[in-house]
Amino acid sequence: MSTLRLRSRAGVVLAGVIGLLANGPAHAGWGALNMPEGVTPISSEVFDLHMLILWICVIIGIVVFGIMIYSIVQFRKSKGASASHFHESTAVEITWTIIPFLILVGMAIPSTATLITMEDTSDPDLTVKITGYQWKWHYDYMDQEIDFYSNLATPTEEINGRAQKDPNYLRQVDNRLVVPTNRKIRFLLTSEDVIHAWWVPDLGMKKDAIPGFVNEMWAEIEEPGVYRGQCAELCGRGHAYMPVVVEAKPPREYQQWLESRQAARSEGDPQMAKKD
Amino acid sequence: MSEAVGHEHHGPPSGLLRWVFTTNHKDIGTLYLVTSFLMFLIGGVMALLIRSELFQPGLQLVDPHFFNQMTTMHGLIMIFGAIMPAFVGLANWQVPLMVGAPDMALPRMNNLSFWILPFAFLLLVSTLFVSGGAPASGWTIYPPLVLQTGDAFPLLILSIHLMGLSSIMGAINIIATILNLRAPGMTLMKMPLFVWTWLITAFLLIAVMPVLAGAVTMLLTDKFFGTSFFNPAGGGDPVLYQHIFWFFGHPEVYIMILPAFGIISQILPTFSRKPLFGYTSMVYATASIAFLSFIVWAHHMFTVGMPLAGELFFMYATMLIAVPTGVKVFNWVATMWRGSLTFETPMLFAIAFVVLFTIGGFSGLMLAIVPADFQYHDTYFVVAHFHYVLVPGALFAIIGAVYYWLPKWTGHMYDEKLGQWHFWLSTIFVNVLFFPQHFVGLAGMPRRIPDYALQFTEWNQVSTVGAFGFGFSQLLFGYIVWKAIRGGQQAQDRVWEGADGLEWEVPSPAPYHTFETAPEVK
Repeated sequence: MSTLRLRSRAGVVLAGVIGLLANGPAHAGWGALNMPEGVTPISSEVFDLHMLILWICVIIGIVVFGIMIYSIVQFRKSKGASASHFHESTAVEITWTIIPFLILVGMAIPSTATLITMEDTSDPDLTVKITGYQWKWHYDYMDQEIDFYSNLATPTEEINGRAQKDPNYLRQVDNRLVVPTNRKIRFLLTSEDVIHAWWVPDLGMKKDAIPGFVNEMWAEIEEPGVYRGQCAELCGRGHAYMPVVVEAKPPREYQQWLESRQAARSEGDPQMAKKD
Repeated sequence: MSEAVGHEHHGPPSGLLRWVFTTNHKDIGTLYLVTSFLMFLIGGVMALLIRSELFQPGLQLVDPHFFNQMTTMHGLIMIFGAIMPAFVGLANWQVPLMVGAPDMALPRMNNLSFWILPFAFLLLVSTLFVSGGAPASGWTIYPPLVLQTGDAFPLLILSIHLMGLSSIMGAINIIATILNLRAPGMTLMKMPLFVWTWLITAFLLIAVMPVLAGAVTMLLTDKFFGTSFFNPAGGGDPVLYQHIFWFFGHPEVYIMILPAFGIISQILPTFSRKPLFGYTSMVYATASIAFLSFIVWAHHMFTVGMPLAGELFFMYATMLIAVPTGVKVFNWVATMWRGSLTFETPMLFAIAFVVLFTIGGFSGLMLAIVPADFQYHDTYFVVAHFHYVLVPGALFAIIGAVYYWLPKWTGHMYDEKLGQWHFWLSTIFVNVLFFPQHFVGLAGMPRRIPDYALQFTEWNQVSTVGAFGFGFSQLLFGYIVWKAIRGGQQAQDRVWEGADGLEWEVPSPAPYHTFETAPEVK
């Protein structure tokens, strides 16, 4: 857990305010109940699909558990219920085989459509190669000749309880992955050691970073902001400590960031650390 | 059953060696069940350590590496040490009694398959004390991470081999007993559902335990003998391991739930005083689930980057499982419908099973939807899902089965009042424990982390409170069983008014040898 301590107090406040504006309160507490709707067309499709299946399950649950509760109340021996002796009915059994099957077909159709869109990584505007390490990420902007590591920026004191925890505890990094909004970004994922998984819930998808192989996923972020996630595949001791922070900027600001980054690079300052 | 009673003189030998050399199915059943309870307590302590660390963000109690050891060992111990041996123990006690057989078909192998287990568990638990600590790569022991394990690595592999051997021998024994030793007149389609589900489970065990053995042996040679099955630098593929593992792993999931289905199908009709609804479709549904379990494995690994066609196939096949599972749930509800219900402890656990297992089934269906699974995968939502099917699912069925058959085994009724207390404490706390995990998972908390972002704090605290409540309630279970063994109201032969089956025709407690002359089944 390397921590850089060069941030100024003003920087902290500023980053905190930006974080609040972008994400709403980071400390959602009791309200942390559901999947975020996210900020890409895919993530909101996924959210809708999730809610659709959830409501279908809730309705089936109400019917099935309702019948059970009715039976428990109505057919008690203590209330003088005497048992019937029916024990099969081909018609009923065929019905409750076919109806669930039809419901499943109804779920499969939108799921298939969404999945086909998700897996289509063709024609990206921009490609970023993401490499997982124990325990940090490396980002490589393939066409811009920019690459850098992204480490956890939460100080050890906060982890050990010797300092007040920042609202973005464990979800802050030294170098954010900066990307443009409204552009199709293709992520290429791989790893240099064990399997990791790169995940930002607001982007609607996660995928494994596997040594020796390159995986693909894509996102098109519609709203500027800072989106936070973390490694999702157990990768050893520091698994909880490799966050992902993506900052989506409007294309013009992104272009400025890119140029300053490239300038810094040519001036031999590769770690132009930008902190949360 | 006067023949059985006549053989009282041929009782068990006394002393400790009785348990070492026994070939009696009832003794071996008891050994399995006691071992299972001990392992359940050990695995439970690990779970409480995990939940204590997760009570608040930050590192309070343990080092992250030790935390990973705990999640790994908790999984391995609960699956291989608690749930599976409990079902084998129940099968040992009940299958011969329910099919009218004098004992298991292969009694000496029965002894061996039990006595391998303590050594396997000893090896596994001993890894906590070797250099580098216990395995810390999750119970799925994925490479390359698992190859970073210290001295524990070969011990882990050997332990898994021993557990596999034991399971395969147990399964062969159960199949041989059911196919060869049924009482005259008991055709396959007259067998009690518990026997049917165990027959199918035993075939699953024989099919997949060797696959697991193959996978872990490949890990072993990758680590020590220079092979590169899973090492990309040598032309191998880490994802190959996951395919092989889950080809074992998914049927394994059903190995832990099909016998539970059987138990519920025994208990519900008894306390509804009404025959099981749809016996034939229950058998076919079980067989369909078993078949489907072999063609859905990759739904555990949708995020590894499969081709679209592969993802679609595994999504559709997984969704299909909902059909036979739904049939089972509907049949259970129809069994209760217009019955004459009473609510003794086994019935309470069975009803809770149907409701809570169904909730686990719903989240399973959600997980099958690949686009949504990309969000759910490796989060606490998955943890909530499989704990719902394994704890108020498999474990509640086991507990219900113990209450149901305990009077037959001990000859004493358990304390019904304490049983009801145990039920309500368990059911309330198990939901306090696992339901909030759906929330934090959906909100973005990954599984297998010792420390988390602040927004997950509140529901993790609720979950930890539930864990302690649930854990300590199980000590009450131990006390209730112990009390019933020591004494209590004398149980009748047919312990429950609505009970049906051969096991209720022998005295309570069941004599050391039963059905030495086969009963006649009409």
